[in-house]
Amino acid sequence: MDKMIAGKTISVTEEGFLTEFGQWDKSIAEAIAAENNISLSPRHWEVLNYIQSEYKKETPLSIRKIGKSGVVDIKEFYSLFPMAPLKTATKIAGIPKPVSCI
Amino acid sequence: MKRLVILGAGTGGTMMAKHLSKELDRKLWNITIVDDKKEHYYQPGFLFLPFDQYKPEDIVKPISKFIPKGVEFINQAAKKIQPEDKSILLSDGSSISYDILIVATGSDIDPGETEGMHGSEWDKSIFTFYNFEGAKALRDKLKTWEGGKLVVHITEMPIKCPVAPLEFAFLADSFFKDKGMRDKVDITYVTPLSGAFTKPKCTEALNYLLSEKNIMIETDFAIESVDNENKTINDYGGKSVPFDLLVTVPTNKGSQVIELSGLGDELNFIPTDKGTLQSKNYPDIFVIGDATNVPTSKAGSVVHFEAEILTENIISYIKGQKLEQEFDGHSNCFIETGNGKALLIDFNYDHEPVTGTFPIAGIGPLRLLKESRFNHWGKLAFKWVYWNMLLKARPIPFVSAKMNEAGKDYN
Repeated sequence: MDKMIAGKTISVTEEGFLTEFGQWDKSIAEAIAAENNISLSPRHWEVLNYIQSEYKKETPLSIRKIGKSGVVDIKEFYSLFPMAPLKTATKIAGIPKPVSCI
Repeated sequence: MKRLVILGAGTGGTMMAKHLSKELDRKLWNITIVDDKKEHYYQPGFLFLPFDQYKPEDIVKPISKFIPKGVEFINQAAKKIQPEDKSILLSDGSSISYDILIVATGSDIDPGETEGMHGSEWDKSIFTFYNFEGAKALRDKLKTWEGGKLVVHITEMPIKCPVAPLEFAFLADSFFKDKGMRDKVDITYVTPLSGAFTKPKCTEALNYLLSEKNIMIETDFAIESVDNENKTINDYGGKSVPFDLLVTVPTNKGSQVIELSGLGDELNFIPTDKGTLQSKNYPDIFVIGDATNVPTSKAGSVVHFEAEILTENIISYIKGQKLEQEFDGHSNCFIETGNGKALLIDFNYDHEPVTGTFPIAGIGPLRLLKESRFNHWGKLAFKWVYWNMLLKARPIPFVSAKMNEAGKDYN
């Protein structure tokens, strides 16, 4: 389905995950973050950049993986992206919902 | 003489030994299987043991009973896999070499991964049914437990048989009803996922089961610690759930030998090609079952389907041919829903569980994603199928390694 995000028509899943990473840019990230009551700080961006680079390497992402990354520990990951941090962070980063759910 | 070594004589290792003992030219190939255990467990039985529906003796047999004739069995632990010189170090200090290695070392629980889980309340008010000893201890606890807050909990994904904890919650509901004490028990299901079922389609179709059985649910719960004194589980986001009896599925990890050999990911699962089941780093190492990192369920049915694919691929590999067979992630499982009923689900890498008929398109007799007594009998019959057909690598009628797309409703 299509959704207007930051003034652009973006293709997303029912849950709001981008289906084409090529449509992602920083203004999209900021708009999705705002929908989740998050205002992106440089610290958020360090985590988002890490998540995107792992995604490009096709590494499966999990909360444990991110906690061991050296970029952020799980406690801080939760304080940056409250409630369901992996879901929220991947949504903002414009990548598919991680399939650690099987 | 060349040597094919199988590490692990569980479901996957035993099936591969049986398949390959029939397929390989035994004048050219020695087949060796290495495992330090003495017993073979029917692991789906761990779900029924706590409720006294199965007796311990129903679900354990000697491991040696299932090693095929002509296969060498080394009853020792593998200490280290040394892929550079194609050898395995054994617990007595000797080593064996291989031309082809199949890793079937499975997965196991590690409560030590969560702060406080393996603490003073372990085996007192904190239990797991994910191994034989745990399931037996929980059975004894349930015999005398007088009620209170029962919390059924998953620590983190992936876990072996991902629906088992939910089945446990359903069976607990029936168990306490039958004992006439359901009103004394609160059941809460706590999961790191966003819904009770691991697949969104299932959650949509089956959420009614939770409300029907009065089971409360706490989702997106990533546990940080267990507080033994106050009897709560606490998550990184600041949530806290109190318990009187905690039945948890601790973190599941691959075998320690994988870690010591430097072959695994952060949970000791081996990076494996999800189609061919060849290790991503060493072409002469293949991986089956729970030991892989492939994105499908860690379950016996998956191993059964993988074994057929892997047998073909190993034959091709020996002949120097391209590996043609591609595993599609096919998984098939019964889900006990309590009150003598069960569901059946069938899915693969590409398709989520769907409604329809199984195994014969349009006929069944089993119905997918629908509760029925017939499915429950199917689940109980499976114990016989496991000991007598599956482990002996006999084909199961109408059930193919790759998912059959006919007779199913895709919308």
